[in-house]
Amino acid sequence: MATKTMTMAKALNEGLRRAMEENKKVLLIGEDIGKLGGVFRITDGLQKDFGEDRVIDAPLAESAIVGTSVGLAIRGYRPVVEMQFDGFVYPAFDQIVSQVAKLRKRSDGHYTMGMVIRLPFQGGIGAIEHHSESPEGYFAATAGLRVVSCSTPNDAYWMIQESIKHDDPVIFCEPKSRYWEKGEVDLDNPPANIFDAVVRREGTDVTVIAYGATVKTALRAADTAAVEGTSLEVIDLRGLSPFDTATLEASVKKTGRVVFVQEAPLTASIGSDVIRQLTEKCFYSLQAPGLVVGGYHVPYPPTRIEEDYRPTVDRILDGVDRVIGFGS
Amino acid sequence: MIDEELVQLLTPEGERVAHPEYESTLSGEEIFGLYRDMTIVRRLCNESTSLQRQGQLALWAPIQGQEACQIGPGRALAPMDFTFPTYREHGIAWCRGVEPKEMLRLFRAVSNGGWDPYKYRHSVPTIVLGNQALNAVGYAMGIQRDGAEEAVLTFFGDGASSQGDVLESFVWAASFNAPVVFLCQNNQWGISTPMSVQSKIPLYHRAHGFGFPGIRVDGNDVLAMYEVSKRALENARVGGGPTLIEAYTYRLGAHTTSDDPTRYRIDAEVEVWRHRDPIERVKSLLVHEYKMKQSRFDEVAEEAEKLALQLREDVLAMDRPDPITMFDNVYADMHPLIEEGRQEMIDLGVTGGAH
Repeated sequence: MATKTMTMAKALNEGLRRAMEENKKVLLIGEDIGKLGGVFRITDGLQKDFGEDRVIDAPLAESAIVGTSVGLAIRGYRPVVEMQFDGFVYPAFDQIVSQVAKLRKRSDGHYTMGMVIRLPFQGGIGAIEHHSESPEGYFAATAGLRVVSCSTPNDAYWMIQESIKHDDPVIFCEPKSRYWEKGEVDLDNPPANIFDAVVRREGTDVTVIAYGATVKTALRAADTAAVEGTSLEVIDLRGLSPFDTATLEASVKKTGRVVFVQEAPLTASIGSDVIRQLTEKCFYSLQAPGLVVGGYHVPYPPTRIEEDYRPTVDRILDGVDRVIGFGS
Repeated sequence: MIDEELVQLLTPEGERVAHPEYESTLSGEEIFGLYRDMTIVRRLCNESTSLQRQGQLALWAPIQGQEACQIGPGRALAPMDFTFPTYREHGIAWCRGVEPKEMLRLFRAVSNGGWDPYKYRHSVPTIVLGNQALNAVGYAMGIQRDGAEEAVLTFFGDGASSQGDVLESFVWAASFNAPVVFLCQNNQWGISTPMSVQSKIPLYHRAHGFGFPGIRVDGNDVLAMYEVSKRALENARVGGGPTLIEAYTYRLGAHTTSDDPTRYRIDAEVEVWRHRDPIERVKSLLVHEYKMKQSRFDEVAEEAEKLALQLREDVLAMDRPDPITMFDNVYADMHPLIEEGRQEMIDLGVTGGAH
């Protein structure tokens, strides 16, 4: 029973269950998370097992979901908030930025805002508008918050537990298009340094950094590139704010070329900040300027055309070609 | 001023009035205690205004005229209750035991907070309007889960009554039957925005629409404020759910020291409210009904004066913090950007506080 194959959705469900078993102060709060199990069924069965006081079906008001979680945290509870979709987090933005992120500072360290705000993010599920966004950059830019993203069921299982244990507030970005993909989960041995970047595939020519749903796309691109004789090193960023520069730096110093892949538009984004830092740290190793392949500077498009917005294998490989061909 | 909707136990002239549901339970000495609290808080507030005018504070939010709105409920609290203030609850802070110098750390701009909220069971000042009402309801939901007999008291003004967070907090408090008392100090003005723009009905009527009781109290009558708050808090502690108390009052001074109320309201209006002063009416009661001697009042004035001088001394002694402290308490655990920033500051040779 050391490892088990399950979807990311199930891994999150099991991770939440284990966190709730281990710490009675852990509460779940969100819209439709009780009997329904959440619109993505991440909390399936938890209310039945832990009761309505610990799995709280919230009235439909996102600012209140986060605002009351702040009060519960002050009282010593560990709220795990489910935002139903990325595009519905904005009513809670004020509470997240003004209270969740700042209360430790504003109380001179007396308040601990240990809470997790789960955010199903990114597109790729053919939804209608406001259901496919990548708002992680807003939160990454806010001091006091930590922002992380998982890309595999094993990481999802362990990262959600680590995030709940963390004494800082964590914005936990779940790539909803990967919820139903299966993977092996090691239920006994947590990975080390789970918020640090991890090399998913070793390579020598170009470093490709991705997070959430784009990790798998990057791995597919690496398969294709290998056929053409190009060796891509694929890194899963995992911690988005802060991010682990050491792993990235080591890779880029080895390959001399870097492409960052994200679904979010480029301006003031995770990718632009990673490339800025790598430029500073690896300037003399770089053979070409770092590139970001991401969404365009438009509102998330109608999903009939989302595959022309989200980074595809072709667009990633185009970026790879550009950094390889730079100067020639 | 007599308004049948308004709970009032003491007229502006200091005469007792009967109310069908409430009566004052306080002894003469207890009422004198409230007089003392209000007098001291007003004196400290005036000292703070002076300190701001002399360039010693970045800002000050006076409570002149609203002392009874805070001292009444402040003294009705039980020790384990928890309070969630705005930035103007100096009277509540006083009742909770926060030291005056701690109250001024925010306004001296040497801290973003000022005190240990768990020590006094009084949360940090909240400037973003209405945020604290939701935080208060969440805390109250925690009390329910702990099975404790405690209540939460939270504050906002007529201005913040238009905020979504306040209205959402009403929905949640009602849905979860949370042990919370909402105290709205309706001081008639949100900086320059008059009450008529915030609501077309009396604010306390709103509670009914959310499914819990609302009550309007003469906010300048400390006896009424005490009794109504006490009952609402007791009711919350034993599972009776939320109450909205609208303390009908008036901001005699400016919104803050950056404000100029002469630009938007007339002197005659202010004068009417000066005659409804919350402190004078209690003094009148104490003199006429309890035959308190002038020496008692003089003693309070003297005590207030001493505290004001001490506050001045304490504020002037508050130095510019060491810049490196800006990196403290941002995160609970190690964060590379915090370490980087701290190191950069050390490398730049920014070391001490007094520059």
